[in-house]
Amino acid sequence: MKLGIKTAGLLAAAGLALSSASAFADELRIVSWGGAYQKGQSIGIFQPAAKAMGITVKEDTYGGISDVKLQVRSGADKFDIFSSGAGSCASGAAEGLLEKLDYSVIDVSNHLPGMYSDYCAGADIFSVVAAFNTDTFGENGPRSWADFYDVDKFPGTRAMRNRVDAQLETALLADGVPMDQVYDVLDSEEGIERALDKIRSIKPHIAVWWSSGAMHAQLMKDGEVDMTTGWNGRFDVAKEDGAKVSYDWRTGIMDWEGYGIPKGVKNKDLAMKYIAEMMKPEYMAEFAKYITYGPTNGKVYELGLMDDARARQMPSHPDNAQHQLTLKTAWYSKWRTYADEMYQEMMTE
Amino acid sequence: MNSTSNTPNQEELRRLASREGYTFFGLTLPYLVLVIALIAIPVGWLFYLSFIGRDGTLSLENYERMWKSKAYIKIFITTFKISILTTIICAAIGYPLSYFMSQLSRKWANICMIAVLIPFWTSLLVRTYAWLVLLQKKGLINNILIESGLITEPLKFVHNTTGTLIGMVHIMLPFLILPLYANMRSIDKDCLKAASSLGATPTRAFWTVFLPLTLPGLLAGLLIVFVLCLGFYVTPAILGGGKVIMAAMKISTNIEMYFNWGAASALGVVLLVVTGIILFVASKLISLDQLGNR
Repeated sequence: MKLGIKTAGLLAAAGLALSSASAFADELRIVSWGGAYQKGQSIGIFQPAAKAMGITVKEDTYGGISDVKLQVRSGADKFDIFSSGAGSCASGAAEGLLEKLDYSVIDVSNHLPGMYSDYCAGADIFSVVAAFNTDTFGENGPRSWADFYDVDKFPGTRAMRNRVDAQLETALLADGVPMDQVYDVLDSEEGIERALDKIRSIKPHIAVWWSSGAMHAQLMKDGEVDMTTGWNGRFDVAKEDGAKVSYDWRTGIMDWEGYGIPKGVKNKDLAMKYIAEMMKPEYMAEFAKYITYGPTNGKVYELGLMDDARARQMPSHPDNAQHQLTLKTAWYSKWRTYADEMYQEMMTE
Repeated sequence: MNSTSNTPNQEELRRLASREGYTFFGLTLPYLVLVIALIAIPVGWLFYLSFIGRDGTLSLENYERMWKSKAYIKIFITTFKISILTTIICAAIGYPLSYFMSQLSRKWANICMIAVLIPFWTSLLVRTYAWLVLLQKKGLINNILIESGLITEPLKFVHNTTGTLIGMVHIMLPFLILPLYANMRSIDKDCLKAASSLGATPTRAFWTVFLPLTLPGLLAGLLIVFVLCLGFYVTPAILGGGKVIMAAMKISTNIEMYFNWGAASALGVVLLVVTGIILFVASKLISLDQLGNR
């Protein structure tokens, strides 16, 4: 009897310990950006890939590479994999926050050139564009960054991101810097200041500093601002929902999103295998049905998993890509922390 | 004298008194331990961290940055400006409302009180988003104003200081009304009658009798509102559109973005010290104890 009680107590304690432990052996926690984007990821990639492997994948949203930093530096254990833009990922890797990916497990042999790095396995290609309200401007809205910054030719309220990522580039392009020189100019404190000054010049017209993709999609949907920087896929989804929004590929800054693993996660090996599964072309093709972000795996096109009409809507389609600036991740690993501090300063002053 | 104090009775009384003293000390001990563990030590640690630079050594760099950067000074000005404005608007709305409620019968006063409290029980986040929907350019309020012909262009209610103030006043109002209403209810109505019978006009009776009697409740409410406003985060973040940046938001940015506990702590310390000074000066100008003992 006594033993029985003791055993029961121990079992209960063990049960408690198990249920409070944050990670089971066959469970992974993945975080992404919420909204239409994560919905596509969840239906197209995360859950089907988990099902194929027979594991449980729990999803949450997060606030970007800063949350990875918080987890790693404070020794917390909140998520095993995160979905992140290549620039932020590179900046996190430069600070030693990420696990190196094992490309003997993860197959990237069919990836398009440059669409993966040591710390980030590319999953989709997106673009930062200047979206405008077609109620305000008709089809003759701002079709270049110079237009976006021209408050005389295009009066109206603007929104920009509350973080530096892909914002300084817009300022330099508007200032007439040729595409192939943008990152050379930005490669110094003076260059960053030049870009910030350009943004300062239109600051009275910036009505909102947006903090998430869901937010900038909503801003356009509600007509709260007349134009904004933001991710092309979110605008396409908003447009399908009836939002009066359009954008021109000539404002595109092409970037890729991938998966990374924060340093020190317990389920590292499983996370690696899961990322390997998610790299398969069928998942990427399925994902692209929900939001206009192109696959990084070239097999999607080779196997004909995406029809031509859909492929033409992707930022990575050659017809669209030729007009765009490609985001340089190396710049972000070198400058992001400094540039973001200066950007915050500019926003506040 | 000496002989009387040594009578057995006196001895016993003194023993009882000292035992009572120990008992009370014993009873407060858990609370004291709690205060030291949960307030004194963390605040001390906060002070310590604020003097640690990025390289982990003792330095003043966190304070230096605040002094040199225009952004920090702007943030402090914004924080105090928003807090003071919210407090003033809360008082302007809350005082007449409390007065009105205190004049009602108990039944109606209770109904009014429920109306004040129900929003108080609703999640702050929900109420803030509700304001965003109501106040935006094509939101309900602007639509009504435009359709009624009062305005032709939508007013900018949100993503600025106005929106932040509306949201914060709505959230803080119960904090002012609750102590003030309790205070007004406890005032003896005969005082006002006495004033009238001595020839005071209603206005005079209000200014010389009623208002001074409500000052303790009013000041308590003002203090609670002001101090809580200083730490606001969610409402300015959502309704300010990234343009109203208060100290709490900068603290969060410092931690999230740069993982810089030192800079964040320094901000916390400055906010704490400045608030302390303001409260100290306020208490000198209007003696709180004296008011409480009235």
